[in-house]
Amino acid sequence: MINDDDTIIAPATAVNESGLAVIRISGKSALLFLNKFFRPAVRSKEMKSHQLYLGHIVDHDQSVVDEVMAVYMASPHSYTTESVAEVHCHGSRQVVRRIIDLAGLLGIRIAQPGEFTYRAYLNGRIDLVQAEAVSRLIQSTSELSRKSALQQLEGHLSRELYRYAHTIKQLLVQIEAWIDFPEEDLPEESIGKISLSAIGIYDAMVNLMASYRTGQHVHEGAIVALAGLPNAGKSSLMNALLKQDRSIVSDIPGTTRDLIEQSTQISGIKVRLVDTAGLRHSDDFIEQEGVRRARNILTTADIILLIMDGSVPVSDLFIDLLAEFSGLQVVLVINKSDLCLVQDDVHFFSGPIVRLSAKYGEGLQDLVDMISSLLLQDHLSSSESPYITERRHYETLLTASQHLNSFIKNVGLVDLDLLSIDLRAALDSLGQITGVITTDDLLNDVFSSFCIGK
Amino acid sequence: MTGYGKKYEVIVVGAGHAGCEAALAAARMGCLTLLLTMGLDTVAQMSCNPSIGGLAKGHLVHEIDALGGEMGLNIDDTGIQFRRLNMRKGPAVRAGRAQADRMAYSARMKLVLESVDLLDLKQGVVDEVVVKNYRVVGVRTREGIEFSGQTVVITAGTFMRGLIHVGMNNYPGGRAGEPAADKLSDCLRSLGFVVGRLKTGTPARLSARSIDFGKLERQSGDNEIRPFSFMNDKIERNQVDCYIAHTNQKTHEIIRNNLDKSPLYAGVIEGVGPRYCPSIEDKVVRFPDKMSHQSFIEPEGVRGAEMYPSGLSTSLPADVQLQYFRSMVGFERVEIMRPGYAIEYDFVEPLQIQSTMETREVAGLYHAGQINGTSGYEEAAGQGLLAGINAALQCQQSEPLIIRRDQGYLGVMVDDLVTQETTEPYRMFTSRAEYRLLLREDNADLRLTQLGRHVGLVSDSRWQRYQEKLELMERAFSVCRDITVTNKNARLCSRFGLGELKSGVTLEQVIKRPEVTVRQVEAEVPELTGFPEKVLEQVEIAIKYEGYIARQIEQVERFVELEKVKIPDDLDYAEVTSISAEVREKLIKYRPSSLGQAGRIQGVTPAAVAVLNVYLRKKTREKTNEAGR
Repeated sequence: MINDDDTIIAPATAVNESGLAVIRISGKSALLFLNKFFRPAVRSKEMKSHQLYLGHIVDHDQSVVDEVMAVYMASPHSYTTESVAEVHCHGSRQVVRRIIDLAGLLGIRIAQPGEFTYRAYLNGRIDLVQAEAVSRLIQSTSELSRKSALQQLEGHLSRELYRYAHTIKQLLVQIEAWIDFPEEDLPEESIGKISLSAIGIYDAMVNLMASYRTGQHVHEGAIVALAGLPNAGKSSLMNALLKQDRSIVSDIPGTTRDLIEQSTQISGIKVRLVDTAGLRHSDDFIEQEGVRRARNILTTADIILLIMDGSVPVSDLFIDLLAEFSGLQVVLVINKSDLCLVQDDVHFFSGPIVRLSAKYGEGLQDLVDMISSLLLQDHLSSSESPYITERRHYETLLTASQHLNSFIKNVGLVDLDLLSIDLRAALDSLGQITGVITTDDLLNDVFSSFCIGK
Repeated sequence: MTGYGKKYEVIVVGAGHAGCEAALAAARMGCLTLLLTMGLDTVAQMSCNPSIGGLAKGHLVHEIDALGGEMGLNIDDTGIQFRRLNMRKGPAVRAGRAQADRMAYSARMKLVLESVDLLDLKQGVVDEVVVKNYRVVGVRTREGIEFSGQTVVITAGTFMRGLIHVGMNNYPGGRAGEPAADKLSDCLRSLGFVVGRLKTGTPARLSARSIDFGKLERQSGDNEIRPFSFMNDKIERNQVDCYIAHTNQKTHEIIRNNLDKSPLYAGVIEGVGPRYCPSIEDKVVRFPDKMSHQSFIEPEGVRGAEMYPSGLSTSLPADVQLQYFRSMVGFERVEIMRPGYAIEYDFVEPLQIQSTMETREVAGLYHAGQINGTSGYEEAAGQGLLAGINAALQCQQSEPLIIRRDQGYLGVMVDDLVTQETTEPYRMFTSRAEYRLLLREDNADLRLTQLGRHVGLVSDSRWQRYQEKLELMERAFSVCRDITVTNKNARLCSRFGLGELKSGVTLEQVIKRPEVTVRQVEAEVPELTGFPEKVLEQVEIAIKYEGYIARQIEQVERFVELEKVKIPDDLDYAEVTSISAEVREKLIKYRPSSLGQAGRIQGVTPAAVAVLNVYLRKKTREKTNEAGR
């Protein structure tokens, strides 16, 4: 927090599942963020300061994250007196999270509690009289966040992070001992050999980072979207999964025109089931819009249930759909197994396949099991494995793993004193969660591990 | 009490490694200076190992030299074996180390002290620091003379209430065979200083005639000597050998069987010893699985028989010492000339000094060396130099010199002293420097000569030499940037494995290749020949390590921002609300001089630093508002 030359981001409103959320970005990269990820509805050369624009937040593939209002406030006429961008988006956690993740790509970091106000104060935006209030804010919020961070760290995750820190520290202790005590008869070990443990830790970090998405599901609910050609039985399946009539079911293709969304629990995980319009060309304006929205949500979904009508031959249109979703997590659901015209020949698909009858409930449990196992990715089901849910933890791990990776890549290529720079940086990053490891801590370990002294 | 006629500007108490640098710096900067020592025959005495340098310590010597100190020149002149350590571990951690001829080292330093104008060297034991209105005005000696001085630098070493232990016997002494200073620390205590107690030790000195060197491994010096001082280009000298010996299971058994006679283990010694320099009994107890401990057997001079066995300091009785030495291969008939001993001494908690080395309690009073809880000749000399410079600057009413952590190990050391708790004698390690890659021996001159010149300690000849080096470096760099290697130069391409070049590459890019050295390029490119080794070295390091260096420089920029936010020494922390009582207590105890320093105090959280920043901002704004009115 005491470095104030970087750009910070945070939701300015409490994030919950309703209404609007405001995300605030302050610092040099604020405008860069808007230029990169905000696509105004009406193209203009550049954004004017203090003017509200309608448009979309799009990710780097140009796919839409959310429809938003955005405003840019040029320095010094902003809350912090720095360049500030504000994005007013829908109040879904998922959307807020995605926007913050996008900012992360530009090196914009999550703000510390009270940091906007702190900057506003330091830059003279806030009256002197309020110094006291600012101080209290910093103190109390940092205390709160420390407590909550500690709570999040209980159990497996904390043990895992301390394990990383400990291993890296041991490596550093070895290297520092070699450097500072060349005349002691220290055990001769090759740096290549000791760096093996760094590789182990690096792999573990990468796995833990992969759980970030999984971890999110626990907190915020996963999006499971139903897709398919018209009249494949998406809405029937939706209702069957929800055990209620949420979607209108009819034999008329194109009955579902807009997104229909409902939250439910699958194996204790919060899931947002989204029924989408059948994906087809239509001249109907409303249906077209429904198809567009369907495609949007499908790219952000954690799982796509691609539903195939098992009673009719596989069409080229369906193969096109499969191609469109390649790279996404797709479960092929072969519906209408009750109509006995089951397509056995599904060699064109190599992912998970479930056969069921939405109408009679047959095979439904198989699908539920499949969804839960995919969401948990064997992470939480064996509750032994740690996972992360906090963006802050993710950021920390990302930085630490990058430094560690640089260490691993450089072993044998560069000198010991340079290797120590990477290790130290990795350790310092982890220290933001596990507590700072000081030089004195390192020296303590050097002196207790090796007999040093002349 | 007799007053002494002269009015000194700087009085230095103690002529060890700290005191000599302090006195020389002050006098060379133009201050009338007095150096008082208990014994004129033990100036710049090496009380323990007869060597200078080593990791981080060699760095300190280079920094002292760059600022215009004496240590580098003194060891260059009196060294009898030179080695450079860590040659294959990276540019920042290469360090020079030299065995000194102990007597020659001391004698040369005395001659230098005697030759400087404005410097009086006198024998005398200081009992008291004379203070009026919280400001030092002079010192009083046991002999009953009062010297008046505007500033006083105390460099008492291990002499304040020194207590020597050999086995269960102990007696007062500042060093074996020399009396202790029994009154000075009481005087400091009465002035309000918190005085603590530390312990250190030294091994026995052995007679060379009684050692069978044929049974020991020989260790010789480097073929080419790299001098410590920037002023010396090369040293041609016959060097002496050291030897490597080992303890064995028998040795350890003797030590273990006699632990009850060790004052360390019997609880007689209350002072805390250094973990990095444990006594042999400590090593044997703490690392029971280690079958053997290594010891360098170092000559104490070219002439004379005394040998120093490193790593074997002890507080065991003399007869046990003899017994365990004789259990070692090559030492079967060894004779001890002086027994090893442990010594306890008073130090003054260094959090009572500021980054200028001046004490907070008494204006004009400076502490340097072991009195600040440090250990090592180089650490002492560095502090002495800074204290001498700042005492002189104070007399000249100039801004003090403070070296930042990114500028030198000297800065790291002083900053550590004023922000960290002293739990053992402080020794410098390269791992203490967070910007280690920038703080190399080879660039100490580039980091500090300018500062030394600014305070008036760098001589004209050194300054000119420095300017010449800068100029040559600039030229060498432009050669590397400007000269391009193309396909046409087939010989160079094949020599450096450049393969088929699509377009030309600069020499800089060639040197960047891991397998290419600047020496090889020099041999092929006439434009690069003729540059001195030291210049090419800078070019090579800057080019090869550019990425890492840039990273550290970026960190330094962020670090400096917080160093710039100064905290007034008289800040009333009670006014800073919204920090916890625990943090407030720490801040009051250490009184950091900048926001950065505050953050380095253990237990001061980032949030507390932010709150402090808010408060400081408020204060400055209130002040400007008042001024505006």
